[in-house]
Amino acid sequence: MIYLTRKAEFAASHYYHNPAFTPEENQRVFGKCANMNGHGHNYVLEVTVKGEVNDRTGFVVDLKELKDIMNREVVDAMDHRHLNKEVPEFAKAIPTTENIAIVAWKRLAPHMKVAKLHRVRVYENADLFADYYGEE
Amino acid sequence: MKVHLTRRYHFAASHRLHLTDCSDDENRAIYGKCNNPHGHGHNYSVEVTVSGPVDAATGMVCNLADLDGFSNKEIIERFDHTNLSMMPLFEGKVPTTERLCVEIYDIYNKGFKHAHLEKVRIEETAKNSFEYTG
Repeated sequence: MIYLTRKAEFAASHYYHNPAFTPEENQRVFGKCANMNGHGHNYVLEVTVKGEVNDRTGFVVDLKELKDIMNREVVDAMDHRHLNKEVPEFAKAIPTTENIAIVAWKRLAPHMKVAKLHRVRVYENADLFADYYGEE
Repeated sequence: MKVHLTRRYHFAASHRLHLTDCSDDENRAIYGKCNNPHGHGHNYSVEVTVSGPVDAATGMVCNLADLDGFSNKEIIERFDHTNLSMMPLFEGKVPTTERLCVEIYDIYNKGFKHAHLEKVRIEETAKNSFEYTG
């Protein structure tokens, strides 16, 4: 078994707002992330797959294929987008780093045929990241 | 849906690695330049990983304001710009980063109640890092 990690970057804006909260609650819970004009980050997506090394190719997964899936399912959908307004999953769920990791996992997992998805890590910045390993 | 959340904090501190019951030569042999008599310092990075279900209302494992508040008060304010070798915490113990990692894990483990503690990882330099998972 070997683990392989591929990285991609995307830049996006978002805000944190729960319509069930009062304005004061939104401010208290989400702080400056509650500013409805939004703000943005350079996100880093790290996708780790696991599997056996193919005898003939020496690959655990075709990197080009993995890159295409990551681009199509996550990067193209989120890069230079407003997450709350342009990514359907965040019409209701709040686009925290935690939820972005879960959404990325759900978008990627069905397309992983050869290698198995092991972990999705999303960095909001160098000092903050969330890891999702699927339903454990 | 359990998610792991990791946050990185920074502090600067000095220390000297020295065993009082060993000779100067023995200390030098064990700790090398880390035994230099006047100590030396590092920019430490502490990565704390917590886990839990994502709260449906907030989208969060735990509120970063709580984690930052706790970390600033209990870690940064306690260790930043200090000499670790002089702290009561390390009395009779050499403040290696292994020990610092265990002490910081214990501080979170005892005091931080907003999410489950998974791991503390400390980078002493870009080349050295230490992890403790309890």
